Amino acid sequence: MKKIEAIIKPFKLEEVKDALGDLGLEGMTVTEVKGFGRQKGHTEIYRGSEYTVDFLPKIKLEIVVNDDQAGPAVEAIGKAAKTGKIGDGKVFVVPVEEALRIRTDEKGDKAV
Amino acid sequence: MNVSGWRRLAAPLLERESQLAIQRTHNIKYMKHIWKYLLAGLLCMTTVCGAFAQDSPSPAEAVAAAAVAVTEAAEGAAEAAKPFEKDADYVEMIKAQGDHAYAFDFFTTSMLWTVIAAAMVFIMHLGFATLESGLTQSKNTVNILFKNVFIIAMGILTYAFFGFNTHYPGDFNGFFSLGGAIGDLNGDGGDTFGYGGLALAMTGYGDFIFQAMFAATAATIVSGAVAERVKLLPFLIFATLFVGFAYPVVGSWHWGGGWMGKLNGGNGFKDFAGSAVVHAFGGFAALACVLILGPRKGKYVDGKLRPIPGHSMPLAAIGVFLLFFGWFGFNGGSVLSAAPGPLGLVFTTTTLAACAGAIASIVVSWIWFKKPDLSMALNGILAGLVGVTANADIVSAMGSIMIGLVAGVIVVFSIVFFDKIKIDDPVGAISVHGVCGIWGILAAAIFENGSDDLTIMGQLIGVVAVGAAAFLFSFVVFYIIKMTMGVRVSPEEEEEGLDLAEHGQEAYPNFVENK
Repeated sequence: MKKIEAIIKPFKLEEVKDALGDLGLEGMTVTEVKGFGRQKGHTEIYRGSEYTVDFLPKIKLEIVVNDDQAGPAVEAIGKAAKTGKIGDGKVFVVPVEEALRIRTDEKGDKAV
Repeated sequence: MNVSGWRRLAAPLLERESQLAIQRTHNIKYMKHIWKYLLAGLLCMTTVCGAFAQDSPSPAEAVAAAAVAVTEAAEGAAEAAKPFEKDADYVEMIKAQGDHAYAFDFFTTSMLWTVIAAAMVFIMHLGFATLESGLTQSKNTVNILFKNVFIIAMGILTYAFFGFNTHYPGDFNGFFSLGGAIGDLNGDGGDTFGYGGLALAMTGYGDFIFQAMFAATAATIVSGAVAERVKLLPFLIFATLFVGFAYPVVGSWHWGGGWMGKLNGGNGFKDFAGSAVVHAFGGFAALACVLILGPRKGKYVDGKLRPIPGHSMPLAAIGVFLLFFGWFGFNGGSVLSAAPGPLGLVFTTTTLAACAGAIASIVVSWIWFKKPDLSMALNGILAGLVGVTANADIVSAMGSIMIGLVAGVIVVFSIVFFDKIKIDDPVGAISVHGVCGIWGILAAAIFENGSDDLTIMGQLIGVVAVGAAAFLFSFVVFYIIKMTMGVRVSPEEEEEGLDLAEHGQEAYPNFVENK
């Protein structure tokens, strides 16, 4: 089992979800996060004073898949989330030790 | 001024009222009879037409029949027009007014407007609560709301216990007279227009409740400026003393018939609804408290200004619109009667000034900061409103627009100025209420339509006296409180947020654990 963590631009979420759905991957968890990589922040102005905001809103998408699905999933996410501009995000794959489906008590690959 | 004083003031108005009322009763008599004639005419026509169409009775007979029918119908209608005569209580009430029955009509309308206006001024507290919440951080929201709840509750109660009678002491030395609790304000004719004549056309209780709503707004101006770092209990103590004592005493100098009546060469100080005695009063108290309190942690770092943005622009906007709405009661109710002329004028000037203030602030801040700033636009509305509060009933429509425009320009520069000299005011209270309050008072002399013979000097003396009194009182009291209890939370508490530190509650709890 592998966990895929993808940091993507917020407006790309629907596209990525659909792309994963096309692969038969229907379950995922998303969180609203802030972050930056090479994309510089922006300047905001409040009551006449300027300030820089380094952190930009992103979406973190987490999905656990079977080993053989990991590669295609990463590719699909990469294609769907790309705009070609700085700040598109990153995808990471980490190994998962154990999994449990709470309702049925299934474990391992069956739980994914 | 006491009741007989008001009576004397109201005499010319009563005269005019009686003339108007006599005319009105004549019109009513004609109206009652006119429709009788109309009905008669209609019946005549139908009967005659019917007679011709059916060619049964002769025209003469038809007309006679019609005449009988008309009289009977008229009598029946006249009976129907007198249902209230059957209500003995109503008849008694009107008869008890004697010759003044016509004035009673105006009085009841005015009293109704007064209590509605009081309710509208009350809703301004919701406006303050939401505006202050919106322009501060979410970790302090419970604290802001709590202060606002306390202020309205305490303000009204202290006003009942001694504020009202200190504010309006009757005959006194012009400077200070501590009053007692309100008694039966309906007694001694306090429940009819004898209380204040037609120029203060409300009952004693109406007068009390309307003025009580104003009292608490003075303290709430301060609560916005000291937000996010003031300690709760010391602030509540200060607010109680400020609203309970300082506000009615300073207010008595003007509205209570005190020494400010001698200003402007005896014409008296002009502050229609409280640009000085409410707004500048609150604004300069806020300045004093903020000077003692110091800026928020993190606002000024290494000599640079780091803005601390508010957490909810929707709440801030809701707050300003509620304040705008409530201001119709604030200024409109200050007409102190339902006199249609001044009432319509005041509603118009108030609105125009608010709108002009918004536009002016938008233009200035957009040009200056290259981007349009919502919080400045909102402050612009309030600046215009404060600016017209002193003079809404003595300026023209165009005058009120000018007043609003100037206020909107002033407030933007003032907000940035105070930020620059390290006076941290999260909501801009000092600029909106203090600085624009002064402008409103001076604008009364500049833009008045000539009815009050004001001088800029007279107005300036008055507003400086009020502002200085507010500043000095607040500085001394808040300083004493600082020396005894401390007025500021610790840096750790400020970082954690006052909601958790002072209240142990969160405004926006996520993932709450219920044990």
